[in-house]
Amino acid sequence: MTKEECKQVVIDIINDIAPDEDTSDLKPDVRLRDQLDLDSMDFLDIVMELRKQHGIEVPEADYQKLASLDSCAEYLTPKFNEKNAV
Amino acid sequence: MARRPREDHYDFLIIGAGMAGMAAAIRLGHFGKKVLLLERHAIIGGLNSFYKQDGRKYDVGLHAVTNYVPAGTKRAPLTKLLRQLRISHADLDLSPQKVSRVAFPGHDLRFSNDFILLESEVSRVFPKEIDRFRNLTEKVKSFDELDLQGPKLSARKILSEELQDPLLIDMLLCPLMYYGSAKEGDMDFYQFVIMFKALFLEGFARPFEGVRHITQLLLRRLRELSVERIMNCGVQSLRAGEGEIKEVLLDNGRVIRADCILSTIGSVETAALVENEAPFVRQAEEKTPRLSFVETISVFDKQPVDWGWDETIVFFSDQEKFAYEQPDDYVDPRSGVICVPNNYQYPDEKTLAEGFLRITCLANYDRWVGLPEETYRAEKARWFEEMVRSARRFLPPVEDAEIEKHQVGTDMFTPRTITKYTGHLGGAVYGAPEKIRDGRTPYRNLVLAGTDQGFLGITGSMLSGISMANLHGLQSG
Repeated sequence: MTKEECKQVVIDIINDIAPDEDTSDLKPDVRLRDQLDLDSMDFLDIVMELRKQHGIEVPEADYQKLASLDSCAEYLTPKFNEKNAV
Repeated sequence: MARRPREDHYDFLIIGAGMAGMAAAIRLGHFGKKVLLLERHAIIGGLNSFYKQDGRKYDVGLHAVTNYVPAGTKRAPLTKLLRQLRISHADLDLSPQKVSRVAFPGHDLRFSNDFILLESEVSRVFPKEIDRFRNLTEKVKSFDELDLQGPKLSARKILSEELQDPLLIDMLLCPLMYYGSAKEGDMDFYQFVIMFKALFLEGFARPFEGVRHITQLLLRRLRELSVERIMNCGVQSLRAGEGEIKEVLLDNGRVIRADCILSTIGSVETAALVENEAPFVRQAEEKTPRLSFVETISVFDKQPVDWGWDETIVFFSDQEKFAYEQPDDYVDPRSGVICVPNNYQYPDEKTLAEGFLRITCLANYDRWVGLPEETYRAEKARWFEEMVRSARRFLPPVEDAEIEKHQVGTDMFTPRTITKYTGHLGGAVYGAPEKIRDGRTPYRNLVLAGTDQGFLGITGSMLSGISMANLHGLQSG
């Protein structure tokens, strides 16, 4: 999986959990929280969907790594690739 | 692992498929929990439901969805709620109100979903109070009403410090109490804040199809998430031991176990189900009576606006000192709420096929509940007339004959009806006078959600279910 594909996975999840948010031009390097009306509970939902849909576990200590699309891609892409390689 | 056909263990048991129970079930469904949702009545929705009579569908409860904000409004309860349930704003099909009013002797305060109207009305009617009113508004805006551990403060005490004119205080309290106070005379300040935001800073809206549109939407989400649901089946008893609920006996004879039981049926009502230990709360210990209501519904083959009845909701009191308390008589017709569901801004100038006038007044449960059938009917008829007469004093005048000519149906529900269909003791609409804000009970796997947690209105009750589901379903892993 490429980093761009990984970003799309995160955007798809946000579209699922926040159907009223416009995700069409999110800036990858700006915190999601500053661009969308997301609170800590919504981030928990993103973590939950990563687990449910993709089998990716994000421990609580790493939540801050999901802050922006870039940091999500940085953190999650290796996890996806690791999982797919198995 | 093959699932046994009568698997008796659930991650979550939710008692009551009202707004709070359904919202909680949807959240837990998202988390992939194994949930059982029980509803003793044949219809979902609890206090916000509907019924059919003479081929007509009547809404129960809902005059308005409070907390209305337009799509995309940041940090508002409605936005949060939709997000959590993964429902889009458009799906709710909400149309905003036209204009509403608080009507007291010689004084009227109009308000709408634009707070500026209320502010300008306060400055028109109470010019000396406007600066103080603005300060109060700021105080409300910055108050954290969701802090479950906050101290209990009297709204009347704070209002009397913030404002000087007692009439303005009562005119502000009247709608807020009618739409959410379980207590006589006063309300807790945090509830005042919740209601002030819900009614004045946010606003009223309604789906064209009424409350059933919302309950059907929730039901669809429950189905999508494959939440197991049993209708016409409540809980017979809860078997306690070692500080937890060990087993649950259902009305249908089945015995189940659950890691967590979320009860939305009320604190005293839940406590009464524990069969082998003393109830953790009792109605007899409540310091003030539970508040109940009567509502009349008149149906016309004419749009109310044609009589000049063009407002959405009118909160009235013919006394300057507004009395929000259980009446000694069957009904207290001196004050009440008039709702005209036709008067919302429906899209494309759509209008409801018939005209509706709903009037709500405070009532005395004990008087209504023990009546023999014939007397019950007679009292209903007597109070119907009385309430309509009282309410019409606050609407543009129309000849009696004109009303009679166009009236094609009437109905009325009483405290007795409420207890019969919801199981809430004392015909209570807003639950027990004392709230258990964190929902805790002496049993570690039994928590309360819904009205007795103190979150009111349709938005509040759903948020209550959501917050309890999140607390016990997600954060604990």
